[in-house]
Amino acid sequence: MKILVAMSGGVDSSVAAAILLEQGHDIAGVTLRLWGGESDSGCCSVADVDDARRVAQQLGIEHWVFNFAEDFDAKVVEPYVDAHAAGQTPNPCIECNRHIKFDRLLRRSGQLGFDALATGHHVRRVRVGSRWALARAVDTAKDQSYVVHMLDQAALARCVFPIGEMAKSTVRERAAALGLRTADKPDSQDVCFIAAKGGGRRTFLGSRIGLHPGRVVDTSGQTLGTVDAIELVTIGQRRGLDAGGVGERRFVVDIDAVSATITMGNASDMLMESVDLKGLVWASAPVLGPVRVQSSAHGLAVRGRIDDSRVTFDEPQRRIASGQSVVFYDDPSGQIVLGGGLATGSPAELDPSGR
Amino acid sequence: MRFQPQVRPNVKSTRLSPVYPMAVRAYLDHAATTPMTTRAREAMIEALASFGNPSGTHTEARRARQALEEARDRIADRLGARAREVVFTSGGTEALNLALAGRPPSGCAISAIEHDAVRNAVPGAQEIPVTQDGLIEVDAIPADARCIAVMAANNETGVIQPVGRVRSAAPDAVLVVDAVCAAAWLDLGAIPADLLAISGHKFGGPQGIGALMVREGTVVEPLLHGGGQERERRSGTQNVAGAVAMAVAFDEVCEMRAVATARVAELRDRLGDGLLQAIGGVTETGLRASKTSGNVHLCIEGIESETLLVLLDRAGVAASAGSACASGALHASHVLLAMGIAKEKALGSLRLTLGPDTTEAEITHALVMIAECVAKLRA
Repeated sequence: MKILVAMSGGVDSSVAAAILLEQGHDIAGVTLRLWGGESDSGCCSVADVDDARRVAQQLGIEHWVFNFAEDFDAKVVEPYVDAHAAGQTPNPCIECNRHIKFDRLLRRSGQLGFDALATGHHVRRVRVGSRWALARAVDTAKDQSYVVHMLDQAALARCVFPIGEMAKSTVRERAAALGLRTADKPDSQDVCFIAAKGGGRRTFLGSRIGLHPGRVVDTSGQTLGTVDAIELVTIGQRRGLDAGGVGERRFVVDIDAVSATITMGNASDMLMESVDLKGLVWASAPVLGPVRVQSSAHGLAVRGRIDDSRVTFDEPQRRIASGQSVVFYDDPSGQIVLGGGLATGSPAELDPSGR
Repeated sequence: MRFQPQVRPNVKSTRLSPVYPMAVRAYLDHAATTPMTTRAREAMIEALASFGNPSGTHTEARRARQALEEARDRIADRLGARAREVVFTSGGTEALNLALAGRPPSGCAISAIEHDAVRNAVPGAQEIPVTQDGLIEVDAIPADARCIAVMAANNETGVIQPVGRVRSAAPDAVLVVDAVCAAAWLDLGAIPADLLAISGHKFGGPQGIGALMVREGTVVEPLLHGGGQERERRSGTQNVAGAVAMAVAFDEVCEMRAVATARVAELRDRLGDGLLQAIGGVTETGLRASKTSGNVHLCIEGIESETLLVLLDRAGVAASAGSACASGALHASHVLLAMGIAKEKALGSLRLTLGPDTTEAEITHALVMIAECVAKLRA
């Protein structure tokens, strides 16, 4: 097969390329230039492009750099900033996968005559009956199915994930055995377009949208204190807030960006029974009934039911921030991705005045 | 420097290097770099064998010094300059950086289509606009500019700039001319510059060598400090073999110019006309009559150059979009934007640059393949 390998310069995609080459596929590598700004982490610095190019040279394959920076800014960075401004908790890696890697790059791989696009994600593509499905990686600790959950049949038909069957330690061993330059490179962390040094998210969001102070109240509406930047607060947060008083532990249970109000509640206020979703995507067909539900990249999948665009949990769950992705897996195995959507906030929203 | 053994991956590849399936390959990126001429390569190897530090006092040193100064003489002759006015540098970028070093950007005016080697050397300098045909608007040169930078010919569009008129419009300003992409095609001796930059690998010399012509009386502020070589203007042991080879190549290109430009212009016209005919939704950038002979520059509607270039490479055509950054990624060209071309259109640019050795077969191959690849992408 002719396969285009998305090479980030990291270990996983480097080994993915090497494995496909070994299997006899006709492959070429591509690295995406996604971010023009200052950033020392993640997958899009010039140094990473150089690493990817060197690996491609070692493997003796063609390598290109595609500049998707403008699309990345419009479809990943801007929405990320807007979401924070609206008091939501976005996941930019998911939007990058949705709009950049598994949309624009996937389309381009087809234009260039490739049969498939391969990435170094720790996920597996499997057959379920006559359909394709995305399954969790063998190395469950490294599983990335949550961030790649948006693939539909058309996308799955053209994607290859060579390292989903391998443990991360095996991937590193393979990289070392192959003499790849990236064998001991650390995993990428954090949001790739935000430099860890120099204030991180605070500096980045501050320069993009400005940070705004807010009021901190309890669930009865009584003022507890203030916060200097509501854009940096996330649901479930406990520390860093001037919430006054001692006593029982309090959590951020609601962020209202319009009135610049943060509501704090106790552990039971942190729980919700259901969540409404928008932007639902399905691997195959819409699903109703019992599923396993996961709401963070490395969270546990819990039991619940889908009813239209609402998920109801068997047991009340920790509040899911608006803007977070909620991903469904099959019940009971919890291994196969069925689809997902974005949390809009809980329908069983706490009524601050009524409790 | 520590020697690092090349570790080869333990993979069974059927290929040792990227394989280009086409037997015919059309190299149409001569503006990026053009192959060394045979004579330049031979001269370089000979100069490398006959070593010596030109700053020394012994026989070996004198031998190197002689080779260097002979190269300087030859280049000076071709530039219409005196030998002492030629400063060897590591290439075009260093030459332009040296020309602009110490000049306050607020007093500089540069054309809107200058290379980054100029733009980034004087950030914040005033920009002189260009017409939609890519020609500098001489009337728009600010009267108070103390330093003006304008290219002899643009690296992307090939449009030859009216440097003579710029000189007349601003007789007292220091005039910096980037002649890097003009050297293969124009008589640089006729250009009235105070500072003029050339780069060896653009006309058949090696990479890593260039020169700045510094007209007597023009002051430059050194970038490199050290032993005071190049008359205190560029410290560091000179690249003797590079200078020798550049001089040989420059002589060759100048001697062959009349014949080569006529022949290349004919091939260029065949390529340009053929593409305009074969592909719909194509606009040619710049007026052909005002361009260097080897340049075809097109904007192809509905096409992303990034994709097209990959397909072309695989089809045996080496081309460019005109501008790439260090990572190899493409971006919308500031040259095209300055000409009033819409961003979307600018992202579909294709630059084909011919060299003196470009063959009929290469042009035929390129014509067929470009039309085919564009059709494929539009399907």
